[in-house]
Amino acid sequence: MSRNSLLVLYKKELADHLRSKRFVILLLLIAVTGLASIYSAASGIREAVSQEENDFVFLRLFTASGNSIPSFISFVSLLGPLVGLALGFDSINGEFNRGTMSRLLAQPIHRDSVINGKFLAGILVISIMVFSLGIVVGAIGILMIGIPPTLEEIFRLLSFFVVTIFYMSIWLAISQLFSLLFKQSATSALASIAMWLFLSIFVGLLAGVVANVIFPIDNASTIDMQLKNSNLELMLNRLSPTTLFSEATICLLNPGVRTLSIITVDRLIGAIPGALPFTQSMLLIWPHLVSLIALNMICFAISYIIFMRREIRA
Amino acid sequence: MDKNVMIEIENLTKKYDDVIAVDHLNLDIYEGEIFGLLGPNGAGKTTTILILLGLTEPTAGNATINGYNTTKEPIHVKKIVGYLPDNVGFYEDMTARENLRFTGRLNNLNEKEIESRIDSLLERVKLVDVGDRKVATYSRGMKQRLGIADTLMKNPKVIILDEPTIGLDPAGINEMLELIEELAREDNRTVLISSHQLYQIQKICDRVGIFVNGKLLAEGPIHTLGEKVFEDQPLTLELNVEPIDDKLVSLIQSISEDVNISIDDHEKIFIKSNNDIRTPLLRILSDNDYSVLFLKQRGRDLDDIYSRYFAGEE
Repeated sequence: MSRNSLLVLYKKELADHLRSKRFVILLLLIAVTGLASIYSAASGIREAVSQEENDFVFLRLFTASGNSIPSFISFVSLLGPLVGLALGFDSINGEFNRGTMSRLLAQPIHRDSVINGKFLAGILVISIMVFSLGIVVGAIGILMIGIPPTLEEIFRLLSFFVVTIFYMSIWLAISQLFSLLFKQSATSALASIAMWLFLSIFVGLLAGVVANVIFPIDNASTIDMQLKNSNLELMLNRLSPTTLFSEATICLLNPGVRTLSIITVDRLIGAIPGALPFTQSMLLIWPHLVSLIALNMICFAISYIIFMRREIRA
Repeated sequence: MDKNVMIEIENLTKKYDDVIAVDHLNLDIYEGEIFGLLGPNGAGKTTTILILLGLTEPTAGNATINGYNTTKEPIHVKKIVGYLPDNVGFYEDMTARENLRFTGRLNNLNEKEIESRIDSLLERVKLVDVGDRKVATYSRGMKQRLGIADTLMKNPKVIILDEPTIGLDPAGINEMLELIEELAREDNRTVLISSHQLYQIQKICDRVGIFVNGKLLAEGPIHTLGEKVFEDQPLTLELNVEPIDDKLVSLIQSISEDVNISIDDHEKIFIKSNNDIRTPLLRILSDNDYSVLFLKQRGRDLDDIYSRYFAGEE
């Protein structure tokens, strides 16, 4: 019974998203920027490949930036939040403002199917977007450079897509939470955007400031102090999903990355430069993945509790 | 009465912080009757309805509909109760049919059943011609009628209507009332109407309850209400006779000890007394060759209920 109503609500939300102009605009925006970045990366890839030894040519399509256009992953990292925010900022308060919430809840359904259906439909829309765009972009990449991806590259790309979905759905969960906290859709949209700017830009700035206050660095400071300073800055930065996402994607798409924290030169002595296998890269970013999923769950859990306790006044 | 009790409310109380929205409400509503819950805005009508639907939890007391406890078994209750909220909203970018179909699916009806119900309900609320138009193009009255169709999708035993006539023009109000009366009488459904528009609603109600500040002042058929509400207050008779002379006053005084007579500038006589003296008064006046031009009992009819509790609400 309740499973059925969840399915009905989920389908309706999905249809709403897919038919909305908002979705079309977002898809166009992401597709155009993604294609532009792939095109410029592919044009410059021949020189890059001949200059240095690199086994993972296909992955470089996604990480390399062209002359003036940033790389695919930096576009996704920048615009991904926008997708999540746009899909969720009016999901609950819009329903209240249109007067449909009390009518909906007067049907024989469990109250949580409403919020579950909305969140799941949002995640599915994001997944459709990420996978279809990723596959199109990859296909164009193959056509342009003429090198098919290896099996490992495919695994790495698929993991990258999944991480991207988690990343975008955090923003969906955040905007859905704001759509519960604020009555007006405009307010919740603004609050979500403020959150986005704060987490993707200001956290980085603040992290540096805070680290310098706690572990001040000057000409005389010890290596230990400098290490503490940059470790603290890194940890503070990792509070933001943007940092978690970019570190995770760098590891996934660039097998040459062997560590994400600061290490001293002496620790590198004797190390043989080379690519990490896929499983080792995954191990490296495992904490990031867990954090991304946890952030999703925390945001959603808060929304869930607020929604279940909310007085439903028409 | 030997009818079945459909809605049973016992000692229902709801407090918001310091404000008591519903104060120890006791009320039985019988199967197949139209009950009007009438009270000024802010009297606690909507709160009571939300408790009946299990959308709000009572602070104390309980309510059952058809034997189901509304707080503990809301899903069972919502299966048999159709609810039309005030300011009902629909998904504006969907057509009327799509909106009704969605409600039907949430009620777990099969697709065939849904389509046949939609057809017959649109017929009934006179929206067949516009059933495939988007709800955004509907007028207030059309939306309200669609709301009625929406509550009937689940073929409910009980229908709860919150301010169904608000914002409608006089023709729309009459149409709405006829529709409500028809669906109660023909299908033997129990209807609970909440409204502050005493005059319009009482026309179709079997019984009404006057609900002010969370308390039910009186309930019963409308013509008995005045007595109940103003039970302990003196009656006032408004009288106009010809001729008016000194003998008149002493004649009236002779009927009962506790009458209080005053005459205003327009030659209207006001007689205050604690019991109904209309019959002896008329006899004594006709015996003494006074002709009665006008006699009205003040303080116990609908007008007085209205001016006392509802004036200034519309």
